[in-house]
Amino acid sequence: MTRRSFLKLGAGAAAGAGVLPFLRHLPAEAAVPKDTLVVLISDVPNSMDIHRPGTNRPGYQSAINFYDRLLTYGRKTLPDGSLSYDYRKVEPELAESWQAAPDGSSITFKLRKDAKFHDGSPVTAHDVKWSFDRAVSVGGFPTIQMKAGAMEKPAQFAAVDDHTFRVNVVRKSKLMLPDLAVPVAVVVNSKLAKKHATAKDPWALEYLHKNSAGGGPYKLERWDPGRQAVYARFDGWKSGPLPAIKRAIIREVPNEATRRALIVRGDADLSFDIAPKDAKELLADPKLKVVGTPIENCIHVLCLNLKFKPFDDVRVRQAVAYAVPYEQIFKVAAYERGVKLWGAKSADPKTIEWPQPFPYETDLDRAKALLKAAGLPNGFESTLSFNLGLAYWSEPAALLLQEGLGKVGIRLKIDKIPGANWRTKALIEKALPVHLENFGGWLNYPEYYYFWCYQSGRLFNSSSYNNPEVNRLVDETLDAEVGSPGYEEKIKKFLQIGMREVPRIPLYQPYLEVAMQKNVEGYEFWFHRQLVVKKLKKA
Amino acid sequence: MRSGTLTLIGRRLLQAAPAVMGIIVVTFVLTRALPGDPAVFFAGPTADAQSIAQIRKSLGLDKSWPEQFWIYLRDLARGDLGKAVSTGQPVLHELATRLPASLELTLLGLLFAAAAAIPLGVLAATRPGSWVDHLCRLLVTAGVSLPTFFTGLFLVYIFYFLLGAAPAPLGRLHIALVEPARVTGFFLIDSLLARDFEVFRSALAQLALPASTLGIFALAPLARMTRAAMLGVLSSDFIRTARAGGLTSWTVLWVYAFRNAMLPVLTTLGMVFSFLLGANVLVEKVFAWPGIGSFALEALVASDYAAVQGFVLAMALMYVALNLVIDVLYTLIDPRVGVEG
Repeated sequence: MTRRSFLKLGAGAAAGAGVLPFLRHLPAEAAVPKDTLVVLISDVPNSMDIHRPGTNRPGYQSAINFYDRLLTYGRKTLPDGSLSYDYRKVEPELAESWQAAPDGSSITFKLRKDAKFHDGSPVTAHDVKWSFDRAVSVGGFPTIQMKAGAMEKPAQFAAVDDHTFRVNVVRKSKLMLPDLAVPVAVVVNSKLAKKHATAKDPWALEYLHKNSAGGGPYKLERWDPGRQAVYARFDGWKSGPLPAIKRAIIREVPNEATRRALIVRGDADLSFDIAPKDAKELLADPKLKVVGTPIENCIHVLCLNLKFKPFDDVRVRQAVAYAVPYEQIFKVAAYERGVKLWGAKSADPKTIEWPQPFPYETDLDRAKALLKAAGLPNGFESTLSFNLGLAYWSEPAALLLQEGLGKVGIRLKIDKIPGANWRTKALIEKALPVHLENFGGWLNYPEYYYFWCYQSGRLFNSSSYNNPEVNRLVDETLDAEVGSPGYEEKIKKFLQIGMREVPRIPLYQPYLEVAMQKNVEGYEFWFHRQLVVKKLKKA
Repeated sequence: MRSGTLTLIGRRLLQAAPAVMGIIVVTFVLTRALPGDPAVFFAGPTADAQSIAQIRKSLGLDKSWPEQFWIYLRDLARGDLGKAVSTGQPVLHELATRLPASLELTLLGLLFAAAAAIPLGVLAATRPGSWVDHLCRLLVTAGVSLPTFFTGLFLVYIFYFLLGAAPAPLGRLHIALVEPARVTGFFLIDSLLARDFEVFRSALAQLALPASTLGIFALAPLARMTRAAMLGVLSSDFIRTARAGGLTSWTVLWVYAFRNAMLPVLTTLGMVFSFLLGANVLVEKVFAWPGIGSFALEALVASDYAAVQGFVLAMALMYVALNLVIDVLYTLIDPRVGVEG
């Protein structure tokens, strides 16, 4: 190339480029058909395998939509008319019926005979056995979750014949059946998976990461990590009524404002898990439907770490609980989209409902008196940390707490911690004196929440709380049947201790918010906080 | 191509080798020095000490640093950049699919910026103090002072939300269309190669807003530099001579003045290109663009070592290539810039 020819070329290219971006585009919008659903979400699944380490929360969607479990949950209508799964009603999915042995040493499941996997092969008890063996063997999250339902080792699972499956009980627990309906307890096509297993990878983690090998209502049509996942209906699905939606396109749109523009303009059918601010404002839009459901067993809390002085003094913790500006946090951080958890009249819980309001409200005089009694009339200094990944509510809450607690002399420095660092600092090392936390339990029982957050040494007990009585009461109730003798009294007792000793101060119970077009029907809230596509239809 | 240019290319590549080696070492050390523990992060929401140890072992993080580095180098030599744990895909695959998306966007943005900024700068220089000059100053100030995500959201609001003229900001193609067969990874080129004009139109329409966003951001330095360089050249003696010689003002301006002002403009163009790639991250978030910026950001948040290392390495190699291209262009534009220069 010579200098002259290059210069001529350059001038031509520059002239052409000036016109390019402004070429009028011809809209390709063919109307999206009735049986296709376009869903917006901030992250798409990063794996098709819920058992794989590193699978993100949206990744649970693949377990939910591509796989069946032995059991599922029923449905109920909430007071506001919206729909929710019903955690008290365990219903059949792959299992037609189940029965506990008279001595309680095992539970036997009869599988439905017409169930098929996506490749047409029948679902057998051997597949269930292989899948459960996998879940308790691969380690990490699935293994822990199975353990919560008292399923710990492969020896517990037996395929009696092709359609009979048995779980041997090592520890009798009311959580076992509900735990068989959580996303982790998927039934995988073991023949297909084993074909792709290797000596180094006996559980076919590589294959199932990229492929769905289930028998659920949808199969994976296309997956572009970081961009979209497309689900196609599996017409041979027998475990429930055939879904109305034939194709669901799950698109990743990281920016909140863009998601909002898209749903308001009608270019998407449903926007999943939107911010409380958008939910509140979109409620006023007559073209849209917004459903907010209180997330079961989940609380946004202010944690005080007893490892750090002066939080080992119960009076200091109570003083903080009286100094929190609850009302303001509810307005500014939650946009009033939540359930209030303060201002209970009595310090003795009347019911075992959970979460329920704590007997505190903003009362600066009481807070000051308590601080004085604790020998800290002039307050003290500490650091309030929050997870940057949850900044949408944590940041305004932290600023209001800084201001509110400042009024009684508690001077807080704010420390923002990036997501990757958060778990190490807050949960593993328990090295944060004051912090904001949002644990939510899948199994909706107060003792399950207490097990993770109040029992000493547990991962989410980031307050380093250790009370032998609470430890004992949680142990005694965790596996016990609801309504068994002493159950309610014990629950009320530990709830009362938690309220009095306040290692965790609840701010409010958050909502899971979903915005959709008016013609989208059947949306159901589920504890796993993911979209269950089979329930939806477009009118 | 002259053999001198080839020598230049060869020598530059050799000179770049130690820099790339340095970058490999530094990113390796830096990723590991970051706070945050990938084993804890990837062990999931309810991990206990045992499962974290299990994950640490499977990620190979239980080995010593020198050992990890050796494994990394060995894999690198085989062209294996490792696996991004957060997406579960090989890093090389992620880069290969995402880099073209970012490059296409950046290049188009740059093209748009150059096409608008250079005439504007030239006009402003020929009429200092006039309304064109003031317009230039206004645009330049606005362009640098508006953050890209704001410009992006603003354009979305006007052209998509209010006017409905732009398509939904949902990535590179309309939702109903299928990607063209992959040749270059640039949808505009691939769709033309496949003679699929509907895809071409859709890709172009999807590009218009994000590319303009980047373009507006890049406009400022380019217009300023063009104006300054032109002012300098226009007041020099040879221009006065040319005018005195009776050449038309068009010839004087574009043939004599502009060519001599191009060198600093080209330098700026190279610089702007590199920081546009950085500014991409926010634009990608707004337009749901499946580019490399958002991938790198997420990898960083998750302390995903292999992904971060792969990204930095890819960027380093690209800058080496970019500098080389600019150097070669210098020799084409200005014969005085020797190959030794």
